[in-house]
Amino acid sequence: MGATQPQRLEVGGAIDRSRLVELVVDGTTVMGFAGDTVASALVANGALRVGNSIYRGRPRGILSAGVEEPNAFVLVKGEHDESMLPATTLELVSGLDLRLLDGIGVLDQKPDPAEYDKMHVHTDVAVVGAGPAGLAAAREAAATGARVVLFEQDFALGGSLLAQPDDLVEGLPAAQWVERVRAELEAAPEVTVLTRTTAFGSYDSNHVVAVEKRAEHLHGTAGDGVSRQRIWHVTAGQLVLATGAFERPIVFADNDVPGIMLASAVVGYIGRYAALPGRDAVVFTTNDSGYAAAHALVRAGATVQVVDARDGGPGERVAAAATAAGLTVRTGSAVVGVDGDVAVEAAWIARIDADGALVGDAERVPCDLVAVSGGWTPNVSLHSQRQGALHWDDDLAGFVPTAPVRDQHLAGAVRGTYWTEGCLVEGAAVGQTAAAAVGFTREDGCAATDLDVAAVDEERAARAGRTRQLWLVESREGGYATHFVDLQRDNTAADVLRATGAGMRSVEHVKRYTSISTGVDQGRIGAVNAIGLLTRLLTGDDARAIPPGQPGQDERVGAPGSAPDGIPAGGAPRPTPGAIGNTTFRAPFTPVAFVALAGRSRGELFDAARTTPVHPWHVDHGARFEDVGQWKRPWYYPRPGEDMDAAVARECRAAREGVAFMDATTLGKIEIRGGDAGEFLNRVYTNAFKKLAVGKARYGVMCKPDGMVFDDGVVLRLAEDRYFATTTTGGAARVLEWLEEWSQTEWPELDVVCTSVTEQWATVAVVGPRSRDVIARLAPDLDVSKEAFGFMEFRETVLASGIPARICRITFSGELAFEINVPTWFGLTVWEDVAAAGADFDITPYGTETMHVLRAEKAYPIVGQDTDGTVTPQDLGMDWIVSTTKDFIGKRSYSRASHQGAGRKQLVSVLPVDRSLRLPEGAQLVESGALGDYTGEGLPARPIPMLGHVTSSYHSQALGRSFGLALVKDGRNRIGQTLIASFEGRFAEVEVADAVLYDTEGARRDG
Amino acid sequence: MADSTLTIDPPQEQVGDTTGSAESGSRGIGRAAVLAHRRSPAHDLVEEMEQGSGERVRLRELPFLSQLAVRAASAGRSSAAVAGALGVALPSRVGEVTGATDGSGVAVLWLSPDEVLAVGQDEGRSGLSPDVWSADVAQALASEPGQVVDVSANRTTLELSGPCALQVLQKSCELDLHPRVFPVGAAVATLLGSTGVILWRTGEQSWRVMPRASFATHVVRWLLDGMREFR
Repeated sequence: MGATQPQRLEVGGAIDRSRLVELVVDGTTVMGFAGDTVASALVANGALRVGNSIYRGRPRGILSAGVEEPNAFVLVKGEHDESMLPATTLELVSGLDLRLLDGIGVLDQKPDPAEYDKMHVHTDVAVVGAGPAGLAAAREAAATGARVVLFEQDFALGGSLLAQPDDLVEGLPAAQWVERVRAELEAAPEVTVLTRTTAFGSYDSNHVVAVEKRAEHLHGTAGDGVSRQRIWHVTAGQLVLATGAFERPIVFADNDVPGIMLASAVVGYIGRYAALPGRDAVVFTTNDSGYAAAHALVRAGATVQVVDARDGGPGERVAAAATAAGLTVRTGSAVVGVDGDVAVEAAWIARIDADGALVGDAERVPCDLVAVSGGWTPNVSLHSQRQGALHWDDDLAGFVPTAPVRDQHLAGAVRGTYWTEGCLVEGAAVGQTAAAAVGFTREDGCAATDLDVAAVDEERAARAGRTRQLWLVESREGGYATHFVDLQRDNTAADVLRATGAGMRSVEHVKRYTSISTGVDQGRIGAVNAIGLLTRLLTGDDARAIPPGQPGQDERVGAPGSAPDGIPAGGAPRPTPGAIGNTTFRAPFTPVAFVALAGRSRGELFDAARTTPVHPWHVDHGARFEDVGQWKRPWYYPRPGEDMDAAVARECRAAREGVAFMDATTLGKIEIRGGDAGEFLNRVYTNAFKKLAVGKARYGVMCKPDGMVFDDGVVLRLAEDRYFATTTTGGAARVLEWLEEWSQTEWPELDVVCTSVTEQWATVAVVGPRSRDVIARLAPDLDVSKEAFGFMEFRETVLASGIPARICRITFSGELAFEINVPTWFGLTVWEDVAAAGADFDITPYGTETMHVLRAEKAYPIVGQDTDGTVTPQDLGMDWIVSTTKDFIGKRSYSRASHQGAGRKQLVSVLPVDRSLRLPEGAQLVESGALGDYTGEGLPARPIPMLGHVTSSYHSQALGRSFGLALVKDGRNRIGQTLIASFEGRFAEVEVADAVLYDTEGARRDG
Repeated sequence: MADSTLTIDPPQEQVGDTTGSAESGSRGIGRAAVLAHRRSPAHDLVEEMEQGSGERVRLRELPFLSQLAVRAASAGRSSAAVAGALGVALPSRVGEVTGATDGSGVAVLWLSPDEVLAVGQDEGRSGLSPDVWSADVAQALASEPGQVVDVSANRTTLELSGPCALQVLQKSCELDLHPRVFPVGAAVATLLGSTGVILWRTGEQSWRVMPRASFATHVVRWLLDGMREFR
């Protein structure tokens, strides 16, 4: 087994050597252990090389051991291939079949069959990051009884401790300490520990959004309904960021050859995974932390040479340890280049001067690994997403948070605390503070009081040691074309030079000119090195010339210096990284699939489909449905062999010649009550309702203050102080809000209140000359004669079934018609009773299409179809509905010149000369002579004035021809004129006619 | 009339014994026969709900609960009149439920500063028709401002219960449902996914979800979907 993993160390690591896991990479089988990542399995197999670089096709290797990885991206094959997953964070599970990617993925066009869902939780304290600082914070907060949510993107807790399992923490080996804290947290009832969960977005009110991987590690044992990934929406009273730091590479020639790896990653692969990245290593560092890699390599049996860029070498403590371990250290030196194409063969090492230029000859040192450490960058992404301030700390050589965001706390490496005891103290302190801020303290009173945070602050810089800010190492041959700054984007120092040469000064402009920091790793690898490079390329004057509002305006400007070759050194002093400033961090911190964000809102569950109580009957009777807002409304009911036209023609005939019925349940319904209800309705409708008699109904139109039609419907007066108003199906909610707005904010003195009863009532419209016969059978107690039950009246009655009902004589077709209203739960029974009562009249169900044809023949407008917010009642030919005596919303607008003069578009009908031509709705109308020689090909030579457009268009069964409604400029004066309809590159003659085409004298409504 | 002695929850044996009750205009048809015509919004989903339920979480419809929409400014004469007629003081702040906060009798749910929802039992159990209940309470209002409307068929009531019910709700409800914040006996109008509902905690592990009738199918299917992993 060991033979298949040549670089696997005999002992150590947090891997389960009893569980061998097979992995297929580009068709080749590789073995690893449970507990590996894909990257660590590759390292254990000596396969450092991954895909090539995105643009230049250069061989690349595993650089890191975490989310900052810029090279090692894989495509995971499956039912739905997933691209651009970093091998460094991809947990090794059985059945993985991977393809190494060349820096770019391909979106699988197949639908993703996996399920994704969401969870919304609130917590007192949320902690992001489960390294020593985060664990200490969570433990302290949990001990107070506060609710705690702990996010860890890794599949294991421990953070930096995972790489150093044998280090002592609070007297225990690190691995045991992590295990103890994990057990404590899991035992606490109010604590949620989320591993494999990346907090990727931080928003106002401490709203944190995270994505959890839930399925793959269960190896297919996840049950039905367990989502593959879950988006967590967590609202936290207090938020602790213990997000750690990223190590930076160093910019030197050919710094992208496979085998060049971050020093911290080397420590991690050895310590956590017992995988040895190289046997003959050069460690190139600008700071003390690189020495940890040297020690780890030595302990693992590798040969090591340390190249320390600092003239003075490491600090005292580190120097002593190096001496004790017998490390060879070259100070004031750099790796100035490497040999090798697909793998490191040797490093060229030379002394360098203060500007990173070679002093004397370089020496070639054969090796298979170059571990690099260019210093550390706190992972401030979530802090920065909330506009948390950053500043350049010259001691720590990194951008660090200036102060936490309100109701947030920072602990550990995110603020430059780079040693474990410091992290523990800070973590515990903020855990207590955070819990206390939301009212939780330990009941046992044994809160650690000896947390000396001040001492941590004092010690921080010393612990970090001195970092040489080495932003660029000159090469032996000159030039910067292989000095990679952003490996993911394939951008080099030469690209940065090009940007500044082109006049870019702001870091934001350089970012966009080069594309540095725009890759998947969001600049975690390249951003600070690019900024550092700018400090060498720009002068202080340049930095001062950056326009206001760009980063870096308030920072001081550093000392004079020279710039690299090719760029003239300015006389002005060089800017510091702080003077350059940093680019903006945005969510998501790491990529998140859109499909995860969609959650369960896909397919059938995408949106609510509202159904009426009669819906099952509609389905059973073959209705085709139309979406009207969220409602599913029957559109038409085709019989076998019928197309839509035939079905609609039949339905229309039934309504005009016999009897038909329609489910009108979706109409909005509002009950209005109060001593001033009549006065209120008088003010919101254009016509009067105050004097409407009890038992009567009236059609009303309401307008906005600009006089434009807003909604319409029929209003019943139920009692002296009670009205019942219907609205359009789509307008129900906004009409109710409109009524509430006026009653609450404009006329609070009126005694009136409203309640939506849309869903209390099911409504069945029974329409046609034989409708009276059907109603008579259904409602035997009711005198349905023309004399006893007049048009626009309603009656309360009890149906033959015993069901109480309110029946209205209202028409939306011009025919004799009734509407039966019953509580929703009786809707289906009553509908079926109507069908039975009308069976021997061949009663016919009809849908919205027939409803539209019937109402259009009568020129009854549909608000929102024949109107568009620019149409007045007068434009619709409904002057009769606009009161000239009372005041109402919109009235004053009618005295404006724009409402009174000629040229308004008015509703008319248009009759295509070709009687079978159905115009598309939206077709434009122009004067018949307006086309000139324009044939419809291409664009006309000059604009052709539009007169209006077709708003509704159907075939009329009653008229035996096609027709449309249209809004036409001065339409009523054009009746009899022939216009040209323009649509789809065609022209057709249409005759303008009066809007009402059928039953113009209104003789049919009484049957 | 302020009749606060409404019989809300009679013994089961009275059910169906309302034949020929003195309902005006019932055309001699027994009330039970009329009630048999009712079909609840989740009627067709009974089997789906049974199949989707298990030890850890259960879903069922509590159909036909009588409901009155009340508009009455709190602490005014209107609310006093309504409270008298209901026999339950009206709630006065968001989340508050008065009366039988566990849903065992008449409960009143706060919806907005002058808007509450009174929830009683199904007429089939109580013998009290919502028409009559609503008329009685409306009558108590007399000429005072405000409104009492029968909205019994406007919403249906779904009961989600069991140890994992909370997690099912958390999948699509953005509110803080922790007992410290949302105790037993609290109710609010909120969104479940994209759908407006009234959410009422009737027990430590028992919730009422009240969507409007047309949304019932969607809400049932949405909840069943969220329950799958706990089945």
